[in-house]
Amino acid sequence: MTVTPLLTVDDLRVTFPTRTGEVQAVRGVSFTLGKERLGIVGESGSGKSQTGRAIMGLTPGHAKITANRLAFDGIDLLSAGVRQRRALRGRRIAMILQDPKYSLNPVMTIGRQIIEALRQHEKITHAEARARTLSMLEAVQIRDPERVFDLYPHEVSGGMGQRAMIAMMLICGPELLIADEPTSALDVTVQLEVLSILDKLVAERGMGLIFISHDLRLVSSFCDRVIVMYAGKVVEELPSADLASAKHPYTQGLLNCLPQIGSDRHPLPVLERKPEWAA
Amino acid sequence: MSQALSVRNMVVTFEDFTALKRVSVDVGQGESFGIVGESGSGKSTLLRAIAGLVGFDEGSLTVSGRNYSGRKRDKEFYRTVQMVFQDPYGSLHPRQTVDRLLLEPLLIHGFSDIDVRIARALDEVGLGNGFRFRYSHQLSGGQRQRIAIARALILEPKILLLDEPTSALDASIQAEILNLLEQARRDRNLTFVMVSHDLGVVSHMCERLAVMKGGEVVETMPVEALEKRAFSADYTHRLLVASEGFRRG
Repeated sequence: MTVTPLLTVDDLRVTFPTRTGEVQAVRGVSFTLGKERLGIVGESGSGKSQTGRAIMGLTPGHAKITANRLAFDGIDLLSAGVRQRRALRGRRIAMILQDPKYSLNPVMTIGRQIIEALRQHEKITHAEARARTLSMLEAVQIRDPERVFDLYPHEVSGGMGQRAMIAMMLICGPELLIADEPTSALDVTVQLEVLSILDKLVAERGMGLIFISHDLRLVSSFCDRVIVMYAGKVVEELPSADLASAKHPYTQGLLNCLPQIGSDRHPLPVLERKPEWAA
Repeated sequence: MSQALSVRNMVVTFEDFTALKRVSVDVGQGESFGIVGESGSGKSTLLRAIAGLVGFDEGSLTVSGRNYSGRKRDKEFYRTVQMVFQDPYGSLHPRQTVDRLLLEPLLIHGFSDIDVRIARALDEVGLGNGFRFRYSHQLSGGQRQRIAIARALILEPKILLLDEPTSALDASIQAEILNLLEQARRDRNLTFVMVSHDLGVVSHMCERLAVMKGGEVVETMPVEALEKRAFSADYTHRLLVASEGFRRG
């Protein structure tokens, strides 16, 4: 790609101070992202979520972030002030979190929290905000948007809640969407519906997507390119189409550990974790 | 094959809502039986009704030749049947050490040589004695689920009820826990009743399965039928498509 990438991450490091010394959650991650779908895969603790959070600016205050460069559309995110980060967050960079049970505000109706997100960034009348919210709810295939608008998060199912979350995140038309395990908390049958809604909207609206998950198969079926992380480092980066020819044993392990219908493997191959991969 | 567990026309209601509508299931001695379905299909309720965590209003439950009703279960029942729950973050007491967690069932059932049993239980689930005096917050999700399995196995039950034992875990940790459960079943000749929404997991672990939807068993079949696509219910087909992953277009 010759044009400047949407997002540049070069040697990103996130460090948490603890009583027993510093813990490096992310240790030198580099990648660039255009208007494409990038998957970040790894186990719990591999630093995949912290990478997403650092880009979004949601790293806890006591943690230390360093990078040669962390830039979004030419804006240096590390030197940007709180106010500027705030203006970006939600408007140009948005994030879908894992579980709608915890990520939606329990004491606000779904409609009101989507309007709040919208009016935070755009000076528009309430009536206009309501109209846009309703059409956004329709875009995430909620059949009866008027009814759902007035419901509280506990009154809707997980799949419906996650659709509302997607609606809230996309309403300002972000250029970069970070989805952190967006369907892990949902039922299998609902997962597919939510993924296809997300897929369609990302394609229609032309945004960059970072899809974070521990499920390598899911990520590879959804993204163009996959980064595999282990112990805070990128161990392999490859196009989704070439997944079968993955070279790193860790990537192969992630691929093989899932039980499949019709394959008789007892016991299941388990993942090897070698300290030298983290070196 | 003699029946380890038999459920006949079980009805469970919560106020006005009927969660189980005359469900019948038979599980043979030493068999591994799977129950699949989406959220709200009643699969977890069935397991909880068997375990006595919710009462059932109608129908009968027979475990190892003894009949049970409502939600009353005697000590003998819990010597025979133990349960592993979905969320290892919620099922372990946060202020008890692993040692205390494993001690409690042994005290309740009046076991002797407690020390040896705890050490052996930890060893069996692949955790050393070093884990014995830790609290659950000092353990990872996979380690917690191992402790939950150790707690269930320490009473040497015959039947293990597994309610989505790996769905809160990473794919890579899931493989380890599934292998551990299979090993335990082989070694102790256990009967499994396993609830999951993942057909891949059920087909790996079980010999027969029931598909549930809306509080009813839609169909019961051997796992081979799943591989050959030899099932009749449309719903089973939908679950199967879902388990194959996302496809564009």
